[in-house]
Amino acid sequence: MHTLPQQLANGLFLGSMYGLIAIGYTMVYGIVQLINFAHGEIFMTGAFGALAVWTNLPHGTSIWVGLPLMLVGGALVSVLIAVGAERFAYRPLRNAPRLAPLITAIGISLTLQQIVFVAYPGADSAKNFPQLGTHPYHVGSVDIQPNDIFLVVAAVVCMVGLAFFVRTSRTGRAMQATAQDPDTAQLMGIDTNRIIVVAFAIGGLFAAVAGVASGLKYGQVSYNMGFQAGLKAFTAAVLGGIGNIYGAMLGGLVLGVAESCASAYISNIPGMEQLGGQGWSNVWAFVLLIVVLLVRPQGLLGERVADRA
Amino acid sequence: MRHRSLLLLTTAVTAGALTLSACGSRSDDSKKSDGGSSGGGNITLTIGVDAPLTGENSATGLGLEYGTKIAVDDANAKKLVPGVTFKVEALDDKTLPATGQQNATQLVQDDNVIGAIGPLNSNVATSMQQVFANANLVEISPANTNPALTQGSDWASGKKVRPFKTYFRTATTDANQGGFAADYAFNTLKKATAFVVDDKQSYGAGLAGVFKQRYAQLGGKVVGTDHVNTADTDFSTLVTKIKNSHADMVYYGGQYDEAELITKQLKAAGDHIPLMGGDGVFSDTYIKVAGAASEGDLVTSVGQPVATLPAAQNFIKEYKEKGYPGDYGTYGGYSYDAATAIINAVKTVMDGNGGKLPAMADARAKLVDAVQKADFDGIAGHVSFDQYGDTTNKQLTVYQVKGGKWTAVKSGLYQG
Repeated sequence: MHTLPQQLANGLFLGSMYGLIAIGYTMVYGIVQLINFAHGEIFMTGAFGALAVWTNLPHGTSIWVGLPLMLVGGALVSVLIAVGAERFAYRPLRNAPRLAPLITAIGISLTLQQIVFVAYPGADSAKNFPQLGTHPYHVGSVDIQPNDIFLVVAAVVCMVGLAFFVRTSRTGRAMQATAQDPDTAQLMGIDTNRIIVVAFAIGGLFAAVAGVASGLKYGQVSYNMGFQAGLKAFTAAVLGGIGNIYGAMLGGLVLGVAESCASAYISNIPGMEQLGGQGWSNVWAFVLLIVVLLVRPQGLLGERVADRA
Repeated sequence: MRHRSLLLLTTAVTAGALTLSACGSRSDDSKKSDGGSSGGGNITLTIGVDAPLTGENSATGLGLEYGTKIAVDDANAKKLVPGVTFKVEALDDKTLPATGQQNATQLVQDDNVIGAIGPLNSNVATSMQQVFANANLVEISPANTNPALTQGSDWASGKKVRPFKTYFRTATTDANQGGFAADYAFNTLKKATAFVVDDKQSYGAGLAGVFKQRYAQLGGKVVGTDHVNTADTDFSTLVTKIKNSHADMVYYGGQYDEAELITKQLKAAGDHIPLMGGDGVFSDTYIKVAGAASEGDLVTSVGQPVATLPAAQNFIKEYKEKGYPGDYGTYGGYSYDAATAIINAVKTVMDGNGGKLPAMADARAKLVDAVQKADFDGIAGHVSFDQYGDTTNKQLTVYQVKGGKWTAVKSGLYQG
């Protein structure tokens, strides 16, 4: 079991990324009860936006100069797409039956994938992404990549910033009010449309950060990277209690660690040799989700919007 | 509580989508086409190509299309078959078995199609074979290496039965490739322990299985095995496992898309052991994306490096002159030879019919027999087929990444 610390660390890094993306699902769901299935692609376009900035920087630019610019570029692309999708695809359907925007979201997801595939030069195979360095730091028996440090730091900064924003700012409080009851919030003078846009924008912003972090972590991005990451992040959001921003982060971490440990150790259990391994990690992620939903249907931390149901 | 049930529904759909994304499709219907043109005058015949022309694997997939095109251009220029002009119709299977099957159906229904080249992937081939067999249309793959395609699913136990008499290939099989890799790893590289990973596809799992068997037979020790999903990106758990197994090398059965990430993440974790793969990893994209991490990694591939073959020099020149995209290195030469086999067979059939092409249904049936009897020197080696439709040319080569380029380190005939 001497690999346990390393596997836990692997899971935490992976989980931080799931968590960052999951926040986008959970905020949008918390406020408009829409599962934005295009969110995985918003994550992907953020990564490509950052890559476009990097490719246009003069050759030999230090990654430390480039990274902030890439974050800005990625965020710009993701936020624009998220807000644009809200304005032109989801808002017209806001009073339609719930399935309509859900299907629209799936449509947007496929569209964005194909657009990047066709329009981004060379995106038909994986594109190289700059990295912060590939020499791990050794902490006890655990190796930590510089790229993973960025991921964790970014996740913590985003999370703390978001918590602060939601609790203390006027807009944050207005978001809470809208999540509780949009109609009453509107009667109280809150511009709910603006709040919804803010929720999409923050989700897009975090997805872009996750996209950059993912590019750094794996050293490559591809047009279809959003699909699986999006499904996992959605799972994380449900696991943590969809609608709850802390739940999204916790759900991400739990999911990441569970996946890592399942693929590392389940094949060691006698009789389970066939059911372990990397290839089964998705299956165990969903087994975990089902078990949690059976025991605690509201998710680990519960939904904040449950009182509306 | 309405939104709760919607949530559960979406969750179920999500789970289903992830599960299904790993599956292929199977179906048994296909249409037979008959009738067709015969004629004394100048006729045009189509050679179909099925390969991934976009997306993952497209770099190697395009090599199939353009390798075939050059063969057809050469045949037309040399008037190899008097009275017949050949053309190429290339269809994109996107590496999906279901799309491959649709393409096969489309090709057999077209009365001008006389034969097909492709596909690239063994699992795509599985879904196409029956369609071609029903229509009696000859199919020659320059790239499929799964032994089951020609020798039936029980090939490993020695019970070889050829499932489709319309299916041929100019690439030798994994049974030879995996064994050749094991020989090289154990005898030449002197690697005593290996960690074997595969991607659960027919190609990858077949290759890994053969490697494992041969490696153990030689005295090597397989210290761990694992499977991955295609399109996975995070292999940190796997890398930790490999590192802790203290294996001397990793053998990966699968495509370059995952292999490049595995080698990158493995080296980043400080484990500098080589990754060895089959021809699915043999691509310039692998080096481009994995970068320095790929240095020292190895692959086996079918045949000899095309560039070292005197007969292929013209082909290489033409490929470069025409500015074709894609990777001729891996399968371009075999595609050329496969297309030539079909073109030669058309000539044989016409010669046997007084210089005229018989009615299409008849021509297709006769063509299968003519291809079976193929016997000529292609640009990538001698072309002839055994009783299973496999090439008799069992040349293989080990390549290694040296200075950011694939370099051939050993060619030979596999005697397993």
